Amino acid sequence: MSRLKASLTPYLLLFPGTLWLAIFFVIPTVVMLSLSLQSGDVVNGYAFTFNWHSYVDGISTYHDQIIRSVVYGVISTVIQIVIGFPVAYWIAFKGGNRKSIYLFLLLLPFLVSFVLRTISWQFFLSDNGMLLGPLKSLGLVPQDFHILATSAAVIGGLAYNFLPFMILPMYVALERIDPRVLEAAQDLYASKLQTFLRVVLPLSLPGVFAGVLMTFVPATSDYVNASVLGGTSNTMIGNVIQNQFLVNQDYPTASALSFTLMALLLVGIFAYAKALGTEDVLEVAAR
Amino acid sequence: MTQRRLGRRDAFRLAGLSAAGLALAACGVQGKGTAKPTSSAQAQSEVEKFWSGKTKNGHVDFANWPLYMDPKQPELKQFTQQTGITVNYKEVILEMPSWFAKIQPQLAAGQPIDYDLMVVTNGLHFEQLVQLGYLAPLDHSKLPNFAANVAEQYKNESFDPGNVYSIPWASGMTGIAYNPKYIDTPPTSIAELWNPKYKGKVGMMSDSQEIANFGMFAIGADPDKSTEADWEKAGAKLQEQRDGGIVRKYYDQAYMDPLAKGDIWLAMAWSGDVFQKNVSDGTDLKFVVPQEGGTIWTDNMTIPKTAANPVDAIMLMDFFYDVNVAAHLAEYINYVTPVPAAKDVIAADAAKASGDDKKLLEEVASSPLVFPSAEDSARLRSYVKFKTPQEQKKFESIFQAITTS
Repeated sequence: MSRLKASLTPYLLLFPGTLWLAIFFVIPTVVMLSLSLQSGDVVNGYAFTFNWHSYVDGISTYHDQIIRSVVYGVISTVIQIVIGFPVAYWIAFKGGNRKSIYLFLLLLPFLVSFVLRTISWQFFLSDNGMLLGPLKSLGLVPQDFHILATSAAVIGGLAYNFLPFMILPMYVALERIDPRVLEAAQDLYASKLQTFLRVVLPLSLPGVFAGVLMTFVPATSDYVNASVLGGTSNTMIGNVIQNQFLVNQDYPTASALSFTLMALLLVGIFAYAKALGTEDVLEVAAR
Repeated sequence: MTQRRLGRRDAFRLAGLSAAGLALAACGVQGKGTAKPTSSAQAQSEVEKFWSGKTKNGHVDFANWPLYMDPKQPELKQFTQQTGITVNYKEVILEMPSWFAKIQPQLAAGQPIDYDLMVVTNGLHFEQLVQLGYLAPLDHSKLPNFAANVAEQYKNESFDPGNVYSIPWASGMTGIAYNPKYIDTPPTSIAELWNPKYKGKVGMMSDSQEIANFGMFAIGADPDKSTEADWEKAGAKLQEQRDGGIVRKYYDQAYMDPLAKGDIWLAMAWSGDVFQKNVSDGTDLKFVVPQEGGTIWTDNMTIPKTAANPVDAIMLMDFFYDVNVAAHLAEYINYVTPVPAAKDVIAADAAKASGDDKKLLEEVASSPLVFPSAEDSARLRSYVKFKTPQEQKKFESIFQAITTS
């Protein structure tokens, strides 16, 4: 009896999580997969026809936007690592007993809605706005210079909006490094740079990995930044999917594009995990 | 020759596969096109079928767009006083596509959407609501004010001839708005939107029906009578504007702020937005209907077929056609009112008022945005109508390739 109980326990513990996955991941995914293979229109209804054309047409029409999204996602993620790592390092090692205040400050912008924060950037960056207005009147930048409606504005917006998700996991990894390990490095006559490169950096990599997971995926599939800060040539695949779902009511193409994006992201993440030499991706991400 | 027998594993796999196939096929999206009533007798019987046995319940839930009524809702208070019917007014409709996506599943299942009255713009989604049989046919014997006061042109709208399913709430024009701070010579021609002098300073709309119309005005075609060849030509014209770097951005809604701030100098715009922006923010933006043509659209009051209080809803619809009510509404929203007699009431109100109010009311009464001049009206055209879904798909693929690349 007790042995039966013991062997059931793991399954019972897994049950809530499995149920969650089934309802919020498996079912929607199956519905989407089904939709992507249907054909028809809203008025006459959609029927399941193994219509692979949605994939072929969708990808051939929108490959530019797909590539652009991935490129924007990668660039913004790299920017976030470059900005975020020093911040995480500083809070973890120099933050002292104010660490929690710094972390709170980092999350403070999240009290304001995502869209509102993006729109406030639009105000700040506008052609004659707070930033460019004074510079233009001083003659420091040419009159027709603008930041809005460029790739830089969109990538900057992505980097800004997801930065805390990069910093937090890196902070957690850095904070966990045992100070005695650093002392040991010192005892072995490692210079500060050597200590950083050979001890701190490798030990913080899981944090960087988790940070990339948490920012690259939402940045690549984002559409708010492109629609608020972008111009005519900054449309991302998220904008296309939204447009196909809501405006065109072309559910098959929208689902096919969503699926393609999902597949690309998964492949990208596994390639990245391999490159980093991380054997067990999930284990590292969960740490 | 022996055939390989199915092992237990194979059977399982097959069962799994076919189950998955079934699951995939079951996730269809329902749709049911219903035939429009073909004869007037049939239409009459539809009306009787819907309205028989329906009674006044003392309450209406009303879904409208933002900024389409004074926030203090004086008209609704007056209606409640007169009839004892309470009104729950919500500004929940922000865009037709997302609104349609929100209500479609409930309407398809024959369930109420919690609103008895909703304001729907003419165009694609209105057509679909009609074709899917989601709208209640209106009983015109319950609409005496409408019959007496509506402008002639609204009785035979191409999207709903004879007002079978809808009567207008307000309408407006799509034309060119510009900021006189940056532009000295007022643009009168649509060609100004292609003028290289405004490189990077032109805002266009991302809605394909809106942008298609402007492309067609630019090539001298009438959207209502346009053919696929016209669409291709208009698309090429718009592509040329885009490739020339003249368009700064394709906007969905938020083009007024960039226009006021100088990010863009001229833009495709809706008439009422310009008037409201000027009143609320003290800007001095201008609006013109280009000489080649402008677009007229209408937002319409409709009753979903599953409404719980249709009788109260149709009473409220008719109430807005009272000349005084229509006038007060137009004074606030500044879009084109379907009740032309409202002009005299507004002028009379202006004569009675004083100070700033007087100035504002005089402006409304004489505003070509609320009461368009005959020559402006003559230049106004409606959206393209599609005969088949394939045609629509073709249309979308031409114009969306421009706005989303």
